[in-house]
This record gives sequence, C-alpha cells and structure tokens, in this order.
Amino acid sequence: MEGDRIQAEPEKDLLRFITCGSVDDGKSTLIGRLLHDSRLVFDDQLRALARDSRKHGTAGDEIDFALLVDGLEAEREQGITIDVAYRFFTTQRRSFIVADTPGHEQYTRNMATGASRADLAIILIDARKGVLVQTRRHSLICSLLGIRHVVLAVNKIDLVGFAQAIYEEIVRDYLAFAQDLGFTTIVPIPLSARFGDNVTSRSERTSWHSGPFLLDHLESIDVASGISALPFRFPVQWVNRPNLDFRGYSGTIASGRVRGGDSVVVATSGLATTVREVLTADGPLEFAEAGDAVTLTLADELDISRGDLLAAPDDRPEVNDQFAANVIWMGEHPLVRGRSYVARVGTRTIPISITAIKHKIDVNTAKHLAANTLALNEIGVCNLAAGGQVAFDPYEANRATGCFIIIDRFTNETVGAGMITFGLRRGTNLHWQPLLVGKERRAALKHQSPAMIWMTGLSGAGKSTIANSLEQKLHAAGHHTMLLDGDNVRHGLNRDLGFTEADRVENIRRVGEVAKLMTEAGLIVICSFISPYRAEREMVRGLMPSGAFLEVFIDTPIEECARRDPKGLYSKAKAGKIKNFTGIDAPYEAPETPELHLRTVGEQPDQLAQRIVDMLAARNILN
Amino acid sequence: MLHLALKAFFPGRLPFPLLHVDTTWKFRDMIAFRDDLTRRLGVDLLVYTNEQGLRSGINPIASGSSLHTHVMKTEALKQALDLHGFDAAFGGARRDEEKSRAKERIFSFRSKDHVWDPRHQRPELWNLFNTRVRPGESIRVFPLSNWTELDIWHYIMLEQIPMVPLYFAKERPVVQRDGTWIMVDDERFPLRPGEMPQTRRVRFRTLGCYPLTGAIESEAETVEAILEEMRTTRLSERQGRLIDADEASSMEKKKKEGYF
Repeated sequence: MEGDRIQAEPEKDLLRFITCGSVDDGKSTLIGRLLHDSRLVFDDQLRALARDSRKHGTAGDEIDFALLVDGLEAEREQGITIDVAYRFFTTQRRSFIVADTPGHEQYTRNMATGASRADLAIILIDARKGVLVQTRRHSLICSLLGIRHVVLAVNKIDLVGFAQAIYEEIVRDYLAFAQDLGFTTIVPIPLSARFGDNVTSRSERTSWHSGPFLLDHLESIDVASGISALPFRFPVQWVNRPNLDFRGYSGTIASGRVRGGDSVVVATSGLATTVREVLTADGPLEFAEAGDAVTLTLADELDISRGDLLAAPDDRPEVNDQFAANVIWMGEHPLVRGRSYVARVGTRTIPISITAIKHKIDVNTAKHLAANTLALNEIGVCNLAAGGQVAFDPYEANRATGCFIIIDRFTNETVGAGMITFGLRRGTNLHWQPLLVGKERRAALKHQSPAMIWMTGLSGAGKSTIANSLEQKLHAAGHHTMLLDGDNVRHGLNRDLGFTEADRVENIRRVGEVAKLMTEAGLIVICSFISPYRAEREMVRGLMPSGAFLEVFIDTPIEECARRDPKGLYSKAKAGKIKNFTGIDAPYEAPETPELHLRTVGEQPDQLAQRIVDMLAARNILN
Repeated sequence: MLHLALKAFFPGRLPFPLLHVDTTWKFRDMIAFRDDLTRRLGVDLLVYTNEQGLRSGINPIASGSSLHTHVMKTEALKQALDLHGFDAAFGGARRDEEKSRAKERIFSFRSKDHVWDPRHQRPELWNLFNTRVRPGESIRVFPLSNWTELDIWHYIMLEQIPMVPLYFAKERPVVQRDGTWIMVDDERFPLRPGEMPQTRRVRFRTLGCYPLTGAIESEAETVEAILEEMRTTRLSERQGRLIDADEASSMEKKKKEGYF
C-alpha cells in the first residue's frame, strides 16, 4: 500500500559518503548526475541550471551538471569548488548525504572535514590521467580519518573509448599502493559522469565490466560500523535539573548501548553508579544505543558535569593528560609547539598544547619528514598535553571518542583536528604527591595572599625599572617578594632558548611554572617579561587560581622605547644585527583587558609602581 | 525545530526565548498560530519589528521585495539580536533548500556586523562544534541543516506536530502574479485595475511575507496527502519565494548581509 510505503520511509538507513578528486576529474558533475538521474532535481532548479549553463557552463549546449552543485557565486565564475558542500538524495532503498570536497592542494582541511563523518569515499580518477599524486593524497586522508570503504571511480571512460585495458591498468596501479591504507573494501567502477554510464544504470558500452554500477553499489554496500556494539560511551552534554527533585544527564550516546540497571563509571574520576532510567520526552526507554539523544538518571548523586564521559565499567576508556595523535593543521598561522590552545574532546573543552612533533607525513608519498612546526594543510604525528585528565579511546577503535579539534584562544578559529593514537605512559604513571601544608597556610605566615604580577610590554618600555621600584615598596612594607626578570632568567634557566616564536613560547612556559612554584611558597612574584604573545600570557594566567594573576600592561609607544633604548638594542635591530626583535620584525600582541594599564609617557616610575601597590591593596593581596 | 528543542531539554524548560521578526506583512493565520502555540507551551516569545523601517513607509508592495526584505527582515533581525545581546540564534534553514545554504556550517559564525563570510568558515569536523565568540560576535545555529523537506514532513507526521493551517489545502482568495498564486490576506493588498481575487484550492510550502509568497494549487489537506504530493512534484520548495529570484546568487548575497 502507498500509505505503508510512506510510513516505512523514515526507517531507511543513511549512507554518508564523500567524493574526492582533483579539479576537472568531474566530481561535481558526478553528483549533479546522481541527483538528476535519481529525479531529484526540480523543474525550477533545472530551468535555473539551463540559464547558468549558458552563462558559466563548460559543456557546450548541454546542461552542465557541475553547476547544480557548485553553490557559491565565486565558484560558479571560477569553475572550482572551494568548500565542502552537502547534498541529499533518497532512493527506494537508502538515503544519502554527500559531502562534495575540493581537490585543490590547499584544501586538505576541507577534505578532512568531509571525510570526518563519512562511511565511504568515492575517489575519482580521470581515465586519461590515471593514478596521480592527488589520488594518493585523497586516499591517505580518507584512511587517516577512518573511512574503510572506497569506490574507485574511473571517470571519463568515454574519452578513452571505453577501453578495458586502460581501466584495468589504473585499477592495478591503485590497488598496489592502497593495500597499506587499511580499507575494508575497494570497488572499482568505470564510468562517465557526463553521459551517465554506470552511474544510475549499467552501461552497455562497458559490457566487459562485471562489477556493479555506482548507485547499485551505494544502495547495497554494508558499512555498518558496529558502533552500537562497541563499549558504552556517553559524553555528558548538559546537566538537566529543572527542580530539586530531578537530576538527569542529557546527551547523545557516542557508542554502545545502555539500559536501566546498567553499571556505569565516570571515566575521569572512576566513581561508579547504576543507571536508574533512560529517559526521553516520550517516556522512559527500555534501552537506547549509539546516536540516541537521551537523559540518564543515576542511582547515586555523583559530581558529574558537562564534559564528563560516562562509560561501561568493564571496558573503560583510557584516562590520561598526555597522548599521541595525528594532527591535521587547518590554521593560516602555523602550529606553535608549546603554545596553549583550546581543545574540544567530546563535550569537554580543555586547554591543550603540542609538546612535540614527532614527524610530519608527506600526504603525497606517506613518507615521514622531520618537522618543527605544521603549516596549513600539513599532517603530523604529535604528542599533546592537556590541562587535565581526558577520557578517550584510540580513534581506530572508536571514531566517536578518539577525535578532537584545536581552537586558537584569540582568533577563536578552528586551527586543527586530531585523531588520538595512544596515551603516553609518562602521563599515566605520574601522580600528584599530596602536600600537608598548603600555600594559603604558607602565605598566612607572611600576612599576604600569594599572587603573580605579570608586567608585559616592549623592550625599553620601563618594565624592569617599575618592577624594581615595586619590589622595593613591597619589601619596605614587610612583604615577601621575588622578582623574575627576562634578561636574568635567560642567563640561567633559559639560556638554551633563542628568540624564535617557539623559543619565546617555551621561555614563558618555564617562567610561568617557576613563578607558580614561588607563589605556592606564599610569595608575591613580580614577573617582568616582554611576553609578546597573548596566548602564553593567558596560559600562565590559567596556571593560577582566579584573581591571583594580575596582568600589568607597561604601555610605551615604540618610538619612545627606541628613543630611550637603554640597552642599545633598537639601534642594533634596526641595523639588522638582531633578528626577531619585538616591535621591529617580531609581533607584540598588546593585552586586551589587563588588570592594570600603565601609560608611561610623562609619568615617574615610582608613581607607576605605587599604582600597582594600590591595586594590590584594593584586591586584598596585601593584608 | 521547536518540537525538537522541547524534547531535547525535557523535563527541563526551554532555556532560551523565541524571537519572531515581524514585518507586519505576515499571514494572519501564522500570527494567530504563533500566539496560540507559545501561550499553550508557556515559552517566552519576543516579537521585534523595525519601527524605523515602518515609519519610513517600507512595505513589500511599494518598496519592492528586495528593499522590504533587507530593511524589515535582515536589518530588523540584526537590530533584535543586538538589542537582546544574543550570542547565538537558532534557525530552521536546511542545506537542501538552496545552493549557498548547502555550504553553510551548522554553527555558522557571524562577525560583529552579523556578516557571513563564506570563504572563511570554520572547518566543522565530526560532531565537534566550535562555539567560541568574542563579545559582539555571534553564531547562527542550524540544527536541521542535514534534514530534507521530505524528512521534515515525515517527522511532522510521526510526531503529530501541529502546523499552521496555511500549509494545508483550502479554498483561499488569490490572484495570479508572475505565474504564481498570491493570497489576498487582508485589505492592504492592492489589486491591479480589473483584477478580481478568485477562489482556488491552494496551500503554501513555505511562509514568508504574504505578498511575496506564492501558493500552489493543491488538494492536500493532511500531512499524508502532502507527503504524497511531494513525491510527484516537479518544483522545489523555495520556488514560491519571490525574494530568491531577485537576482542571481540572491540568497548568498542576502546571507552575507546578515539574512538568516
């Protein structure tokens, strides 16, 4: 019955796939053809298409199907796909979501984006060109992102006269290099996207081809990833607490199944409890599985918040603050080792830094290359350190709980994506030794609250002068202080570091850790460092309890600093004798919201230092 | 989308208000449905109209669809978001609606001026969304991005979600304009010389400002009948939206200016 068919429709399963190929391999044409031949293009869209084909098309008088998919004005004009586009179509047997991703070298990030959620990849090859460097790159990225099913679409077969020998040679070439990429299925198909051969029906012109045509294969392949059969993982998205009598944990099950009565643990704390109810707006469920959005109520009141991962107690995720991962860099600005970024892992947001780049991967040859940094579209194997314990599974074992994105703290852009390979032992076996005398008790003896006063500004801005004056004043008032000065630290602790961006980051990281130890001894620590990057100052701020890190911006215009030039550095820098000099050929990122902003021009260092003292008093740091 | 949100937060209350940007040219049935529904559900409804636009006499008939949409929808939306200081706004747009929508992120970043920059969108991998904005910036969130029109109607059927009656066929007073049926929803609609509203069985697939929204002739009075009709139609959902046809790449341009 017709009505039954409609009822049954939502039960159809969904296949997500991506198409990858180089410019002119005919990706967009193939998708346009699939949509058109599946009768999913509406008449008004077809009329617009005919209009556009005359204006921008490359198929002569015929309809250019690529224009159906190339969405943005700029793309239609240039004839290239510049971003990821998503298309939807449904046949009698299946629903499909297609990510159309560009083949340009500079767009690795787009391909990775499209591949991250796909179960299958169609890798297009121009029959006239065969397996290219790009083909290898696309296949490697698909493999890294966890795609296990590949269709090798040998396109434009019409342009080589439907020659079986050419097709078979391409297939042989491809299978030879793809054997190490871990694909479960590789199905080669000869086709012509432009004329529709072997796209939605079998072509008579390739009668020698015994395999399936494209749509037939897409409709019938079993890509079930078995995500519901994996161990139970539930990232808590939201604590649902409408009133005092109800406390539930809402989110989408990442993997596995759950039912009332199941034991679960909070992965990071190891605390165990049982699930009381699996709740939805339509009432309690007997059980729920991966992909279901539910609210769980638990038998015990545990400390659980957004970002926690609930897991099966007999098959737990790894918990570690250091791990190795494949990282794809997506930022315009290269990765800076040691810099503090923000990571999203599941529903958790946590500070993260890349502690080592073991090597980068040449995506064209899969060779390992030595690297100090990763630039846009480069992929590297890295060690990472998170600002706390993270629960995860290796990406190979569980695509849902083994991935993360990296966000720049200041631009807020997504600058990287990572797939965790394993936890690092050094993190696992290091534990905090509890101390019986806390820093508050140490500080109480000194009648002060420990704090870190962080002076930042250009070279010659007056930081050291003001810092010295400040320490004298505090000392005279009976406070216990320590002054860490940029130049002095570089004579000892940091004498192995230079002035490149990576070394400056490491310089500040070490100073931050040392200053923190000193505040734990109860001291008021005055730090006087150019510290040109916001990210590092924020990283140090993140080491300290709220209110104990006080950023003081010593603001002197660069012309004035160069005029004062107390150490003669500006004249050397201008003469090209010093490289990476802040303000000359290295950037200075001024604080946006410092606790205190001191403009030095026309002021005396003593008075400026007094203003810092006043601030400390107002904040109850000096008792 | 509202239905999904209510379910997602159950048994908690919806933790955000609803915002309607009212151009004053919306269908009367839609406004009645809006008021009735929000009252029944007990959710907070904010209604915003660009009063300045209203005072300057902007309307879809005299000002033309392009200017009207810009002032009374795009500008009004930006004013409303600024007024309330929202850093995120949900929208029901889907990628299957229109070509430039197909490339938009689910969490779509907007600058301080609400501008969409399609060439600098944040990559969106897995289901890990980057929600970070600085003060003044915002994100448009499209939870239904990957739904199709067919998915929507299936869901409406399965969940028995109440709908604005205009989506269902009924005899309504219409005139034919540029090959599409426009409903004469109130007395403000200026008839051309000699033009007489006719009564036709029509329904709407999308609801914009009534003088800018084309109806289709239809017999579909139930959700089931609509689903059956969609199976056989040869026209896309937005074909009734006159504003899309203003000029080539019309939607992309509107979105860059801050349209939803």
